[in-house]
Amino acid sequence: MRTAKILIVDDEPNIVLAIEFLMQREGYKTEKAFDGLQALEMAAGFMPDIIILDVMMPGLNGFDVSRHIRRAPELEHCKIIFLTAKGTQRDKQTGYDSGAETYLIKPFDNDELVTVVQEMLAYG
Amino acid sequence: MGLSLIVGCSLAYISLLFVIAWWVDKHADQGKSLVSSPYVYALSLAVYCTAWTFFGSVGRATTGGLSFLGVYLGPSLLAPLWYMLLRKMILISKNQRITSIADFISARYGKNATIAVLVTLIAVLGIVPYISIQLKAVAFGINTLTHFGESPPPPPVHFWLDAGFWITIAMALFTAVFGTRKLDPNERHEGLVAAIAFESIVKLLAFLAVGIFVTFVIYGGFGDLFSKAIANPDTARLLSFEGTGTTPFTWNILCLLSLFAIILLPRQFHISVVENTSPRHVPKAMWVFPLYLLLINVFVLPIALAGKMTFGAAIDPDTFVISLPLSQGAGWLALAAFIGGFSAATSMVVVEATALSIMFSNHIVVPMLIKTRRFGGETSLVDGASRLLDIRRVSILLMLFLAYLYQKTVGNTYDLVSVGLISFTAVAQLAPAFIGGMYWKRATNQGAVAGLIVGFVLWAYCLPLPSMAKAGLLPGSFVENGLFGLSFLKPYALFGLSDLDPITHAAFWSLLFNTWLYAIVSINTKPSTLNLTQADLFVNIHKYIGGQEADVLKREAKVDELRRLLNRFLGEARTIGIFNEYQAMSGTSLSGQQVAQADLVNFAETHLAGAIGAASARLVMDSVAKEENITMDEVMRILEQTREAVEHGRLMEAKNTELKTLTLQLTAANEQLKNLDRLKADFITTVTHELRTPVTSIKSLSKIILDYSDELDAVRKQEYLQILVTESDRISRLINQVLDIEKIETNEAPLQIEHLDLSELVWHTATGISQLAAERGAQLHLSGTESPLPVMADRDRLVQVIVNLLSNAIKFCDTENGRVEVQVGRRGRMVVLTVRDNGAGIPPAMQRMIFDKFTQLHSPAKGKPQGTGLGLYITKTIVEKHGGSIRVESEPGKGAAFEVLLPLESAV
Repeated sequence: MRTAKILIVDDEPNIVLAIEFLMQREGYKTEKAFDGLQALEMAAGFMPDIIILDVMMPGLNGFDVSRHIRRAPELEHCKIIFLTAKGTQRDKQTGYDSGAETYLIKPFDNDELVTVVQEMLAYG
Repeated sequence: MGLSLIVGCSLAYISLLFVIAWWVDKHADQGKSLVSSPYVYALSLAVYCTAWTFFGSVGRATTGGLSFLGVYLGPSLLAPLWYMLLRKMILISKNQRITSIADFISARYGKNATIAVLVTLIAVLGIVPYISIQLKAVAFGINTLTHFGESPPPPPVHFWLDAGFWITIAMALFTAVFGTRKLDPNERHEGLVAAIAFESIVKLLAFLAVGIFVTFVIYGGFGDLFSKAIANPDTARLLSFEGTGTTPFTWNILCLLSLFAIILLPRQFHISVVENTSPRHVPKAMWVFPLYLLLINVFVLPIALAGKMTFGAAIDPDTFVISLPLSQGAGWLALAAFIGGFSAATSMVVVEATALSIMFSNHIVVPMLIKTRRFGGETSLVDGASRLLDIRRVSILLMLFLAYLYQKTVGNTYDLVSVGLISFTAVAQLAPAFIGGMYWKRATNQGAVAGLIVGFVLWAYCLPLPSMAKAGLLPGSFVENGLFGLSFLKPYALFGLSDLDPITHAAFWSLLFNTWLYAIVSINTKPSTLNLTQADLFVNIHKYIGGQEADVLKREAKVDELRRLLNRFLGEARTIGIFNEYQAMSGTSLSGQQVAQADLVNFAETHLAGAIGAASARLVMDSVAKEENITMDEVMRILEQTREAVEHGRLMEAKNTELKTLTLQLTAANEQLKNLDRLKADFITTVTHELRTPVTSIKSLSKIILDYSDELDAVRKQEYLQILVTESDRISRLINQVLDIEKIETNEAPLQIEHLDLSELVWHTATGISQLAAERGAQLHLSGTESPLPVMADRDRLVQVIVNLLSNAIKFCDTENGRVEVQVGRRGRMVVLTVRDNGAGIPPAMQRMIFDKFTQLHSPAKGKPQGTGLGLYITKTIVEKHGGSIRVESEPGKGAAFEVLLPLESAV
């Protein structure tokens, strides 16, 4: 089985640092992006299995990133997990509508994030 | 010509009138009105043209030339205004069931009985001479026909030998039968109107026939006649204004008098208002009536000139219309002319006497009988309706008898027109109260009474009294020397005004004092409540059309008593009709012992007013209706209602505009509040988001350290723990700044203003922060701090501003060769602090937003800055609180310069 690839997108370096640690500990390959445009570039080259995506970022926001990715046929298999401080019902709806599989709210639980990623990789 | 032939023709003519009247009345009873036509209305208005017009104009023209036209110019000039004036009169009268001019004026002034009596007296006494000239004209006509070419017969020894006496009797009978055939609550007599309209045609045709005969048969047309008249020195004089002795002032007075007469003469008011079937007839009458006046006047001057040239001074010029045909042997035409004049006289007498008798019985006889309990009281339950008619008939006889007496004693010595003008002047006294009442709400009954009395007294003193003295009925000394020998009281030269003819003189003084007193007294008296209500009703009639009169008094009476009262005046059938009408209208049924409420009392009174006039009706009603005690509140309310109605429209409009403005303001305010709400919500969302971010890092990383401590090397652990500290700092900084904003925005912590030196403050702060700058590899350059810069400010806040700007500059300056320049100095009455960095600069789009809450600059090179996004917002707020301003200048790639301006202390 090949190594799963996770793209971590957040404008907060400290949060990226924490998620990166958790993912690498599980043996996944990771890449980081600090804003939306960067995320799209990385996604096209890195072809991640899962994108952990923040919403409020300078330039392109997370929802727009998600929509762009959903329009790219080569990233059809790619799963999107929103991880954001925006926690209203409407934000969630916007997130799912933009094409995400899961929506998690900051501050998150380390184990929960790891479990979600594991299950997503196992069951699709 | 034989007397029997003349009398026979006259009787035949009168019979014809009876037939016409009877036939029209019969149709009217069946509900088919034959007189409801604008042409009939216009023709009936021509009752204005009496024997005066028919005989007298010619007489006047032989001495006064064109001045005879004055009395026709007035009405013609007024006619275009009828659309406003006459229509308003009609609407008011229909609304109030007005039956005469006295009724009209008294109703306007709060149904004032005194005014009703006064107006009636002025009308009766003023009109008697006018009626007398009709009698005189007919007698003259007969004498001319019977004794043409002979010396005039000596005055009869006994009155029963006098033709005039029998003519008077005949006229009286004729009027009594015509004008009082039945008691109509609206005083409408369709048969009478039809007969009058017919008479107008007869007199016009007769006069035109004589005119054509004289002009085209005796003479060869207008050209021939006028050229001969100019050749004759006696008549040439009449063709110029100067030769007639008629001054422009006299012309104006004549026009004015006749202008009043056409609306105020009792018969004109009766025909044009009371008998009017529809206000829609007025517009047509506006041109038909002046046309009629024109036609009937075309031949006046030709006949006068021809008569003068034919007879010289041998024959009374008032008889030329008959004499001229006779002189040419045209007896049939002379007879026709007589019938025309007879017709003019009868129409005037019939309508005038009818109108006067209505006034006389309603305002003088009935109130007197009511007061003496001879009429309508409990003891006399005989049919009041027929008694009322009897009173009318007696009044008519009385009126004509007075006229006969006047003619016999005084009138003989004057020509027709002079006597007629005396009446015009009397009637003109009603003008101020009448016209003022329709257009001036402030006019009071006291004002009306004062004006009427002074006008009437002056009229009597200047016109009828001297003529009675001349007739030997009064000592003549006061005419020559003035009353009590005071020369300024000479009746023909009052207050020394001696250059006018008696009519102009009397009209001038009486109208002047009348109008003046009317206005002055009105202004200085308070109108009664009823007066106010009625005034509003008259002046603003258009508001009330269709509505009931707003009655001030709340009255109630037993239905039984009300019914008995109406029975007495209106008869059984009419009373039942009125009660049925009320029941149908109000949807109630009335029983005998029931108490009738104010509206039924008013309803009954309105109908009763139709029979006996408003003032009398009120008097009668008071005998059965108890006035409830009305509270001051209610009076005030009713008063208010009148005023409110006027104010209402205006207020509504103002309120409307006000409301619109208010709505706009509210919408704007609401929008602003919503905006504020949104801003607040946005602020909270942003703050929570900003708090969550460091909390997220702290939670996740601390959990990692906790769970996987053994997996982490020392460097990693150190790095993570350092992040926990930084993020915790970030949280506390954020909390502090949010609290700061709260404090500044709500003015919770007022500024602690003190004397400060900005130079010193900047120097201290910069020194303190230089350590941080050095750590970041940035150089700090100060300039201008040598000289003191006094400002009034809060030390801590000002330090906050300096720290914010300096730390921002250090944070954003060039990473390699960081350089921050701090400069202070004066600019006019301000002190300036400039902080310049050499960083990437601020994109133009961001420059405007940089001072907003939570606006942060992201530099691609440095990633996310470690700020809260609140620093510059707080800085700006503090600077503005100190009366200063802050702005930024930046070019991308060349750094940014923040400039703070604060007022110099001396300038504060």
